[in-house]
Amino acid sequence: MNELIVKIGQCVERGKINKVSPYPNDMKGMDGADELTRQALEAVVGPDVILQACNDAMQRIGERFSRNEVFVPELLMAAKAMQAVMVHLEPFFKTGTIKAKGKFVLGTVAGDLHDIGKNLVRMVIEGNGWEVVDLGVDVKPAKFLEAIKNTPGCVVGLSALLTTTMVNMSKTVQEIKTQFPATKIIVGGAPLTMETAMKMGADGYSHDPQGAVAFLDKISAA
Amino acid sequence: MSSLLTALKNKKILVSDGAWGTFLHQRGLQPGECPELWNCNHRDDVFAIAKSYIDAGADIILTNSFGGSPIKLEHYGLQDRTAELNETAASISREAAGADHLVLGSIGPTGVMLMMGEISEDTLYNGFYIQAAALQKGGVDAICVETMSALDEACLAIRAARASTGLEVVCTFTFEKTMSGEFRTMMGVSPAEMVQAVKEAGASVIGTNCGNGFDQMIDIVREIRSIDPITPILVHANAGKPVFQDGATVFPETPDMMAAKAQELINSGANIIGGCCGTTPAHIQKLVHAMRVH
Repeated sequence: MNELIVKIGQCVERGKINKVSPYPNDMKGMDGADELTRQALEAVVGPDVILQACNDAMQRIGERFSRNEVFVPELLMAAKAMQAVMVHLEPFFKTGTIKAKGKFVLGTVAGDLHDIGKNLVRMVIEGNGWEVVDLGVDVKPAKFLEAIKNTPGCVVGLSALLTTTMVNMSKTVQEIKTQFPATKIIVGGAPLTMETAMKMGADGYSHDPQGAVAFLDKISAA
Repeated sequence: MSSLLTALKNKKILVSDGAWGTFLHQRGLQPGECPELWNCNHRDDVFAIAKSYIDAGADIILTNSFGGSPIKLEHYGLQDRTAELNETAASISREAAGADHLVLGSIGPTGVMLMMGEISEDTLYNGFYIQAAALQKGGVDAICVETMSALDEACLAIRAARASTGLEVVCTFTFEKTMSGEFRTMMGVSPAEMVQAVKEAGASVIGTNCGNGFDQMIDIVREIRSIDPITPILVHANAGKPVFQDGATVFPETPDMMAAKAQELINSGANIIGGCCGTTPAHIQKLVHAMRVH
């Protein structure tokens, strides 16, 4: 049983989705996250135990990404393997056997159509046990406000890639803070720095997904 | 049609243009608006940008077609106008450049990842093929596949452009410095891997663009040159990492700062130098001046 849990964690960290997936090369033909999760649940391993092992695995790959030991492809594959696990765990979330750590509303700001960075953040945060409401790209402030209203207690994440849309990001932060002063906001994206983020009035900034996880963990611990 | 490689033989160092995207926004392009649509709806503005770089003394200008692949244009429902928007982009730059200057047709990444199974190789290839053909029809001298980070997408774009047009192809990647001090793209590609792959795919000029200002570009060029002593290198550096000041985006590197470092960039192996995000005709003018002095 313990061995199964360790293996699931390894599959997530290495991005081994299922048996037929050719990635990574050295795990070809082996059972992946999909098969092993099914086996674990059949062996009556608690879904909470499986989820914890996967959260830990996502934490490890996220930290390696922060240290530039792995890059976007490795992180994306890990997230895909995590999704394969989540398919099996979904029913337990529905019944309340396992719970998300909290809710995170995420979107790329108005005028910006880039979603690679936002998607990476979504996958890593989901992988760390949060429920994510992904509003997509080119999200107008009104749409953020509505989502915040409908998601009580959520934390908000704003993404921008273009230097020209940082202005919209700033406006969005202001509008959210005006209507929902208690809502915490983290911002990220290639043109940003901590200094810029603070000037905008955001509560946090991270240049990588793992930093966003650390920010969320701090909030949920508070 | 002129040859970029011949021009390099004659002049050794060529100066390229500066930013288009940030310039278009200055002229009123709204965030979320399709920049390539401006080729048809705001032709005069696009022409003014192209001409301003020629007037600044650039030997080469690019085209307003960075996001002109059908995959990118689909975001705006404009994929059916791929040929028209790219051909117009090329014809605007051609008109501004005249016969004495070179025009490179810009092709940027699609933002879609092959390795994630989001798109097929054929779809990606065909998109680049159509885009390159239209740029050629509009009068470009060569194609510039730029700001790439994934080897598979870059190589498909180069192959499609070569097969479609037979023109010379330039290919640039965007590198960042890792914590251990190495340069990698966000997809993990090193300069050495880039050089080998894009040359095999058919690029005859290689290089780097965007990034975090001139200093890092010097290091990247040095690294590429140490791997490949022959292939011409093109650099489009941005004007540093932008800062947010009084509700506006400001780029820290001034024309004088950039010009002061131009010689070092050339000494490290660059053959074509120009700007990316945040650079202006004033930056290019100073670069041209610095090249004349040396």
